[in-house]
Amino acid sequence: MKNILDIENVTMQFGGVVAVNNLSLTVNEGEIVSLIGPNGAGKTTVFNAVTGVYEPTNGRISFYGEKILENYPHGKMKKLYAGENRGMYTERMVKTPDRITKLGIARTFQNIRLFKSMTVMENVLLAMHVRRTSNYFTATFCLNAKEEAANRAKAEELLKAVGLYENRDDLATSLPYGKQRHLEIARALATQPTLLLLDEPAAGMNPQETEELTAFIRHIRDTFHMTIFLIEHHMNLVMDISDRIYVIDFGKLICSGTPDVVQADKRVIDAYLGVSEVD
Amino acid sequence: MKKNNTSKSRLSLYCNLGALLLAFILVLVIDATHNPTDMLVKVLQKVCVYAVVAVSMNLLNGFTGLFSLGQAGFMLLGAYTCAIFIIPDEVRGQVYGYIEGGSIVHVRLPLIVAILLGGLVAALFAFLIGLPVLKLKSDYLAIATLGFAEIVRTIVTWEKLGPVTNGSFPLSKLNTFRKALEGTPFEKFSLVTPYFLIAGICIAVIVLIIRSTYGRAFKAIRDDEIAAEAMGINLAHHKRLSFVTSSFFAGIGGALFAIFQASVSAAPFTSAMTYEILLIVVIGGIGSITGSVLGSFLFIASSEWWLRGLDSGKFLGISSPVFRNGFRLVVFSVIIMIFVLFFRKGIMGTKEFDVVKIGGFFKKLFTETVPGWLKKIKHKEAADQ
Amino acid sequence: MDYLLPGISAGGQYALIAIGYTLVYGILRLINFAHGDVFMVAGLMMVYATTYMPLYVSIPLVLILTAVLGFGIERAAYKPLRSSPRMSVMISAIGVSYLLQNLALYITGGLAKVYPTIKFLSETITIFGSTTRRVTVITPILVLVLVVALVLVIRYTKIGMAMRAVSKDFTTSQLMGIRINTVISATFVIGSFLAAVGSVLYFSNYPSVVPTSGAMPGLRAFVAAVVGGIGSIPGAVVGAFIVGICESLIKGIPEISIFSDAFTFLLLIVILCVKPTGIFGEKNIDKV
Repeated sequence: MKNILDIENVTMQFGGVVAVNNLSLTVNEGEIVSLIGPNGAGKTTVFNAVTGVYEPTNGRISFYGEKILENYPHGKMKKLYAGENRGMYTERMVKTPDRITKLGIARTFQNIRLFKSMTVMENVLLAMHVRRTSNYFTATFCLNAKEEAANRAKAEELLKAVGLYENRDDLATSLPYGKQRHLEIARALATQPTLLLLDEPAAGMNPQETEELTAFIRHIRDTFHMTIFLIEHHMNLVMDISDRIYVIDFGKLICSGTPDVVQADKRVIDAYLGVSEVD
Repeated sequence: MKKNNTSKSRLSLYCNLGALLLAFILVLVIDATHNPTDMLVKVLQKVCVYAVVAVSMNLLNGFTGLFSLGQAGFMLLGAYTCAIFIIPDEVRGQVYGYIEGGSIVHVRLPLIVAILLGGLVAALFAFLIGLPVLKLKSDYLAIATLGFAEIVRTIVTWEKLGPVTNGSFPLSKLNTFRKALEGTPFEKFSLVTPYFLIAGICIAVIVLIIRSTYGRAFKAIRDDEIAAEAMGINLAHHKRLSFVTSSFFAGIGGALFAIFQASVSAAPFTSAMTYEILLIVVIGGIGSITGSVLGSFLFIASSEWWLRGLDSGKFLGISSPVFRNGFRLVVFSVIIMIFVLFFRKGIMGTKEFDVVKIGGFFKKLFTETVPGWLKKIKHKEAADQ
Repeated sequence: MDYLLPGISAGGQYALIAIGYTLVYGILRLINFAHGDVFMVAGLMMVYATTYMPLYVSIPLVLILTAVLGFGIERAAYKPLRSSPRMSVMISAIGVSYLLQNLALYITGGLAKVYPTIKFLSETITIFGSTTRRVTVITPILVLVLVVALVLVIRYTKIGMAMRAVSKDFTTSQLMGIRINTVISATFVIGSFLAAVGSVLYFSNYPSVVPTSGAMPGLRAFVAAVVGGIGSIPGAVVGAFIVGICESLIKGIPEISIFSDAFTFLLLIVILCVKPTGIFGEKNIDKV
C-alpha cells in the first residue's frame, strides 16, 4: 500500500502550551484512518497543521512522498520551544491552506463552516473554483461556458450522491444540521481531493444518523476512491469504520493500531476513563 | 422542475433587458428634448457617475467583504489622469498658466481612451497599495485605505508635480462629450446618453464578474475566509483581483466625474466623498447592484434636486425661516441615519431588481391583497351594521 | 526647539482625542468615526457659549455638554446595533459624523466661527529661548495629569475594573453580571470629556472653527491610537506625541510642509503593515 500522508515529529506550540507533541503518523492510500483522543487532546490542531491553517512549530509533513510543510523553532519560539527534536529540521516551508487544497487534501470543519449567503449548489460550485481552467477575463465574459456547464453537471452528480439534489437551490444554512454536514463533505469532495479530512463528521448526530453516516463514509471511499482521515468521538463509528486508529492524549501519541488492538490497550482506557488509584 | 426554473430565469432576463432598453430610449428622449443646463440632465449625469462608483464599491465592500474607504482616492487618480489628457491644446497654456514652463504633457487623447486610462492608472495604484494593505483585517483595512486616499490627495497638489497636475490649481476647460460629438450625427444625444452607456457597460461588466466563478469566490471570502481558503481559494490573489477591479471602475467613475464637471481639483475628493458613496451603497443595500444604482439615483436626485427647497426657504409649499442654507443636508443626514439604524438592509437588501418579480408583486397586490382588504372592510362594515 | 514645542503641544492635544478612540475600540471594537466631529462640536459649543456667559462658566459647561453628546450618540446610534455586524456599527459611526458635520454647517451657516480667546492660555511666554503661547506648555502637563488620573480610574475603581473586563471578553463579562451598557456609556462619557478638553487646548492655537475642523485632528488622533496600539492608553499617548512631533517637524521644512498629513497616513500604513497591533497592542489569534 502506498503511503500518502506522512506526519513526522510534528510539534505545535502556542506560547508556552504544547498542543501537539512530537507526533508522527502515516495514512496509506485507500485507508480509513481515525484520530481519537479525549477533548482537548490536540486532534483538530493536527488537522489545522496538515491543512496549513497553523504553521507547525517543528517537524515535517509530506504528501505522496513530497514534502509540503516543514518548520523549525525560530523567532520567539527559539527560546520558548519546549518540544523535542530541536535541530532536526532546518528548513522553513509553509504553504497556505489553498495551496494544500490544490495538492489534493480537502477538509470539513468541526463547527460547520458553510458559505451562508450561497445556495447548496453554489457551495459545491465554489469548491470547483480551485480546479478552474478559465481566467478572470474568460470567466467574466462567459467564454468558459463549457467548463461552467460541466461543473454544474458534476456538482449535480455530487449532490445526488450525498442526497442533497432536491435541496440544491436552498440556502446552505437553511438545511437541517445533518444535511449541512453532508454538504460539507460534498463541498470538500468537489475540490477533487485524494485525501479527505473529516473533523468530527458525526458531532451532534443521533445513533441512527451516525449509522447512516458510517455507511456514507464507506460509500465515498469506495465510489470516489478516496483516502479518509477522520477525527471522531462516536466510538461505534470509529471502531466500525477504521482500518487503523491513532490515539493521542495531551498532544502525544499514546497508541496506534487496528480497532481491536486499540480497544484493548490499557493506556487508551486510562486516557479516556482516568487512572484508577487502586492499581 | 429544472426546466421550469431556467425558462423562468430566462424570461426575467429578457424582461429586465427590455426594461433597460426602455430606460435607454427614455434617456435618448431626454437628451433630444432638454438643454445642457437643465436640472434633470445634470442630475442624471451625476447619477451615472455615482452609480459606477457605488457599484464598484459594492463589489468590494458588499460582495468581497473588504471594508475599504479608498474610493475617493481612486476616483481622484482616474479623474486627474483623464483630465490631463483631455485639455484642448488651444487652452492648455492658459490652464497651466501659473506653472512655470507650462504643462509637460502634449498628448491629447480621445475621451474614451482617456477614461480607460484613468481606470487603468487607478487600478495600477490599487495593485501597488493592495500588496501591503490587503493583508489587514476589516477596520484596519478601512483606515489604511482612507489614509491612502488622503495621501494621494496631498501628492497631486504638490507644486513639484505642477507641470503634470497643475499643482493646487484646478485642471479646467476640459473636453466634454457635448464638445466631442459636436458636428457628428450624435450631437443631439450627447448629454446623458454617453454617461448612461459608459455607466451601463461598467455595471454590466461588474454584474458579469459577480455572476462568474470569480464572483462566487469573492462571496465565499465575504462569508467565511477560513472556509474559503480551505476550499482552495487563494485569498491574497482574489482579494487583490476584487480590489483592483473595484478601483479600476472607481477610476472610470472619477474620469466621468471630471468630464461631468469639465474641471478637476483635489478638493472634492475627501473622505467625505467616500462616506457619501458608502452611504449610497448602504441605502441601496450592501450586496445589491441594482440597489446601488437606485441608491445613487435617490441620493443625487434628493440632495441636488428634490430637497433643494429646504435650502432656499420654500419646500412643498411651506416656507419657514428654518429652511435656510444647509438644512437640506441636515434633513438628508437624518434620513440616512434612519436608514442605517432602522432599515439596515437598505432598499433592496441583497436582492436584485427584477421586472418579473415586481410584476408578480403588483399582480399579487391586485389579485390577493387588495381584494383581501376589501373583504376585510366589507366584513367590518357588516359587523358595524 | 521652535518646532519641537508646538509638536509636543499638538501631540498632547491629539493624545486627549486618541484616548477616546482607543477606549471605545478596546471595548466595542469600533472605530468611532464620529469622535473627531464630537471634538469639533465641542469647539463650536465653546464659541456659542462664550457669547452668552463668562469663560469660567462656559468651559465647564462645554465639557459637560460634550460628555452628554458622546453619551447621547452612543445611546442613539450604536446601542441599537449592538448585536449586528461590526461593519454596520462602523457605517452608523460614519453616518453620525456626516450628520454632525452637516448640522454644524447649518448652524454656522458655513461661516468660520472665531474661537474665543482664553487669555490665560494664549498669553505668550518665553521658554528655553523660544517664544510661545502658554497653552503649548500647559498642554503636556495637563495631558499627563489627566492620563494618570484616567489610568488610576481604570486600575482602581469598580467601573475601571469593569471596563478592563469588558475589553477582554465582552460576552463573559456580561454573564458575570457587569452592566455592559453602563460601562460603554462611561467609556463614551470619558472619551468625549477628554476630547472636549483637547478641543479647548487645540482651538486656542487656531483662530476659528469650521464644520470640518474635526476631521483632520480626528484622523490624526486615530492614527496616533493605532501607532501606539489601539486599545492601550499609554500607547495612545505615546503615539499621539510621535504623530504631533513628526507633523510639527515636517511643517517646519518648507519644501515638504504640505506632506505633513500625508506623512501621518504613511506612518499609519507602515505601522499597520509592519506591526498591525501597534507599539503596545496585544495580539489576537483567530480560532478555527
